Amino acid sequence: MTRPQAIVLAAPGTNRDHDVSFALGLAGAEPRIVLLAELLANPAVLRDAQMLVVAGGFSYADALGAGRMWSLELAHNVGDALTGFVAEGKPVIGICNGFQVLTRTGLLPGALGHNQSGSFQCEWVRLEAPASRCVWTRDLPSLECPIAHGEGRYVHPDPDALAAAGQVALRYEGHNPNGSLDDIAGVCDESGVVLGLMPHPENHVLPRQHPRRARGTAGGLGLTLFERGVAYARER
Amino acid sequence: MRLTIRSKGEDPRAGALLADAHALGLTHVTAIDVADVVFFADELHGDHVAELETVLVDPLLQTGSWSVPLEGIETSLLPGVTDPAATAVQLAMATVGLPDVPVATGKHYVVHGPVSAVEQQSLARRLLANQVIERWAHAPIEPHFIDAHATADRTVDHVAIRDLDDDALMALSRERGLSLDLAELHAIAEHYRGVGREPTDVELETLAQTWSEHCSHKTFRARITAVDDDGTEVGEITPLLRQLRDSTDAINAPYVVSSFVGNAGIVSWVPGITLAVKAETHNHPSAIEPFGGSNTGVGGVIRDVMGAAHHPIAVTDILCFGPTDLPADQLPEGVLHPRLIESGVIAGVADYGNKIGLPNIAGAVLYDPGYVANPLVYAGCIGVASAAEPLPGPQPGDLVVVMGGRTGRDGLRGATFSSATMDATTGDVAGASVQIGDPIVEKLVIDAMAECHGLYTAVTDCGAGGLSSAVGEMAEGVGAEVDVTLAPLKYPGLRPWEIWLSEAQERMVFAVPPAQWPAMLAVCARHGVEATSLGTFTGDGVLRVRAGDLNVLELDTHFLHDGRPQRSMVATLPHPFRGLGTPPICADPAATLRELLAHPNIASKERVVRRYDHEIRGATVVRPLVGAEHDGHADGVVVAEPSDTHGFAVGIGVNPWFGLHDPERMAHAVVDEAVRNVVAVGADPDRAVLLDNFSWGDPRRPSTLGELAMAVQGCCHAAHRYGAPFVSGKDSLNNEYLGSDGQRHAVPPTLVITAMAHVPDADCTVTPDLRAAGNVLLQVGHTSVDFAGSHFELLYGTEGHGTVPAPLLDPLTRYRALHVAIREGRVQSCHDLSEGGLAVAVAEMAIAGRLGVRIGSLPHANPTAALFSETNGRFVVEVTPADLEWFVQNVPDTSVIGTVTDDGMVTFPGWSVSVADLVDAFTGSAS
Repeated sequence: MTRPQAIVLAAPGTNRDHDVSFALGLAGAEPRIVLLAELLANPAVLRDAQMLVVAGGFSYADALGAGRMWSLELAHNVGDALTGFVAEGKPVIGICNGFQVLTRTGLLPGALGHNQSGSFQCEWVRLEAPASRCVWTRDLPSLECPIAHGEGRYVHPDPDALAAAGQVALRYEGHNPNGSLDDIAGVCDESGVVLGLMPHPENHVLPRQHPRRARGTAGGLGLTLFERGVAYARER
Repeated sequence: MRLTIRSKGEDPRAGALLADAHALGLTHVTAIDVADVVFFADELHGDHVAELETVLVDPLLQTGSWSVPLEGIETSLLPGVTDPAATAVQLAMATVGLPDVPVATGKHYVVHGPVSAVEQQSLARRLLANQVIERWAHAPIEPHFIDAHATADRTVDHVAIRDLDDDALMALSRERGLSLDLAELHAIAEHYRGVGREPTDVELETLAQTWSEHCSHKTFRARITAVDDDGTEVGEITPLLRQLRDSTDAINAPYVVSSFVGNAGIVSWVPGITLAVKAETHNHPSAIEPFGGSNTGVGGVIRDVMGAAHHPIAVTDILCFGPTDLPADQLPEGVLHPRLIESGVIAGVADYGNKIGLPNIAGAVLYDPGYVANPLVYAGCIGVASAAEPLPGPQPGDLVVVMGGRTGRDGLRGATFSSATMDATTGDVAGASVQIGDPIVEKLVIDAMAECHGLYTAVTDCGAGGLSSAVGEMAEGVGAEVDVTLAPLKYPGLRPWEIWLSEAQERMVFAVPPAQWPAMLAVCARHGVEATSLGTFTGDGVLRVRAGDLNVLELDTHFLHDGRPQRSMVATLPHPFRGLGTPPICADPAATLRELLAHPNIASKERVVRRYDHEIRGATVVRPLVGAEHDGHADGVVVAEPSDTHGFAVGIGVNPWFGLHDPERMAHAVVDEAVRNVVAVGADPDRAVLLDNFSWGDPRRPSTLGELAMAVQGCCHAAHRYGAPFVSGKDSLNNEYLGSDGQRHAVPPTLVITAMAHVPDADCTVTPDLRAAGNVLLQVGHTSVDFAGSHFELLYGTEGHGTVPAPLLDPLTRYRALHVAIREGRVQSCHDLSEGGLAVAVAEMAIAGRLGVRIGSLPHANPTAALFSETNGRFVVEVTPADLEWFVQNVPDTSVIGTVTDDGMVTFPGWSVSVADLVDAFTGSAS
């Protein structure tokens, strides 16, 4: 089977690019980390790719708010190439800082504010995928993975309309860690190919990575989410 | 003009500020509003203003205002303090095509409630502005913009020293903050009489930095004479550092690649792979600027591992604070409240580790009144590398290359500052010693270094002493010539000595063969990292520094590194109680257990641990928090790369309360604790290494030095007994505060031992959470009457009930047997016994597993000793009934104590407590 080429985009301060590359490799893609400067110098690298990942981290140290600087760079320099990628129906995922970036570029609805606790939190959460337009979460069983963020509280002016449009892709199940509106953990764009989420499914791609594995109460692998995206990129 | 940016809804910082104000005694403050302010030096026209607002203000989350507020308190950074937010604004403006104008940032506060003007000022001074890096004013504040046109003063002064008498020499040392003693000043004067000229200011500062306690470990290298209490000489003590090195040589472990050389210890348990490990302290900077101090402490120790040519993969932190409920009127003059130090330090550790993308895997938080004026911040780092030939060292002709951050006035004289005693004015005078961290720059240097293999012959980090230490160390024996004016600067106007000694962060120095320089530059360009050649390594053994055409330093590197006279010191040895004790009486063990679980040292640290990313890299197999509800503390942590079958464990040992009673036994006990912790999670006790970190008072006081000497001796004996060699260490001395009452307050003797050991099977690890009702609980190890320094004693102030636990005679046999049991899958859960003894350990296992326990038989005739004594070398182990016989026959010193139940109760003979009550006590959620 062909391995779709996935570009993992990394800006200065991105730090989960290697984790998500490892996950994509396991899920059957051919990941390649592309530094932001390389993309800005040569936006054509997007043409050969079938998938795009905006990876997590602290791009530009969260200066002026998480994701702000990176989204400015993207929107002002390669905005057309990005919207073209999406218009072709190629799957895009933004994780954590990548989610923050995609909301600020306008590719995804809503915004991400400071956690209700006022500080960075690292803990495991359970996610469920309601019926939605999102190609990454179609028939996705519930999964467990960590969050690691300080600005992950999802806000949106009209969450009911968002849900009605099929754009709520993931919800926190059981425990909402950051005060996100309506327990929203991830949303997609109107076409369903762009997903943004705060949690890190890339850190639960092996059973050994689950904290309760030895207790026999480990939940679903985050790997499944990447497998859905890879399958979509392959079959599209 | 200026833009004030406010959060819609409550700002996340407001709650913490209000709580801090209340803790400072200003309980009638009802709210503190906070907003961010961006200042622009020049006026912008209308279109630009609108565009700038869309860039800086997110309409779903924030509102922006261009009007100038006339109420409230405002803060801005002091001149020379790095302002990353301002840099980001300028970058954003450039990205969207707005004009380049000088930018500064600050904060705007409004205090609500019946607060007087005096109280407002007090709040501004003590809470809102950290006066080490910020100033405050009633709104509107006038910010300081960087002067991009300042010109450098390239003068160099000669300091007359050759003909000074003793008094004048000491006065010179004091005036310039050199922290040198008379013998050292004589050596310098003598050297320059030989050279035939006076030293330059750059030379004198370089010598002071290189010879500082921080850089040269004068005390650990000193000749020590032991004397009786009446002053009679009773013998000579081998220099402390030599004792530690000798013990490592004697153990001769085949897996130690490098110990006590260079920036970190290096081990190899798997062919082709080496691990570097290092722990550092950043105590003095954290006392005056908690966020910046701990932030750069983490950044500095990561660079130590990079300086050992290893790729960082994890960090650790051990923090010691004064009681956070200290009444405001008991706070010594000039000292920050422990609550503010705690929140700043934790935020600083979290900020650096989270942003650079390294999991914070292990640590401890301790509270004691002895840390009020001198908080302690230990930061550790572990790195990995493919085993290759060791770097050859700088060759004549190699370039002197500085990579990473730019040089500013940050942290000038940090090494000499950290070697001095603090007092009420320290925060005022030491402002320039505070460094500001930029984890993203360091992250980029890590990424660039990962692609620079084979392009350099030597590398070291710029730490204390800045370029003077880094280049000075690398040039030892080979010599170098550099021009400091080539160093990229954050802003113009620095004098040569400031560039040479600046402790600006995130810089590494490399020796690069000229043929490889273009390749290194290409890698750096790809990652957006600055690298600059300052000069060359020469081969003549002389260190020369120029500022353009002006020679500012010429020093023989042999004199620089070996010219310091060995210090001679005097120690009086302690006489700890080593007799038999009688156990104290405990009237209500259930109440004692709850009080122990609620004690700040034992209670849940979840609120701290959750601030750190311990998941990144996907390699943290045993996390710091474990169990059914992820709120039990693991003994040690295990890291295993997702693609590997093996890994390593890290454990921490620290107990200053033992140190107050018996420093030698403390050393044994904390080595045992660190090793115990890694064995308990599944590491191989025959493949462990140790790090030592001593934080002590002023060693020039003979009793303090005697306690230090006994602790070192204990370390060496313990290392030998456990077959676990020390591979690296660091001492931080002079952790004292000179009170305005003239009294000196030293920290309790705080020895932190970090153990790192090989985990042969990453799928075969164990945690302390109970697994299933019906399983059997055993205690491994014997209990004695050891209450000196115990948490029972801490709680009730009952002294005189026994000793600090004695060293174990044969711990390895026990630990090896337990390891075999773990490897064979015969251990369901396992927890070591430490603070609070058996009762606390059993309770913590019940909490972590949310299961009950019925203890049928206590492992000591005296119930108080059985429950609360803190004897070394003990574990509670849960096994299935089927494994019980094997376990008892194969693991020595084992006794059955009870069973796991599902009745929700922890039951000891004669009393019981519900697990729910224990959870409440442990987590502080009891009403």
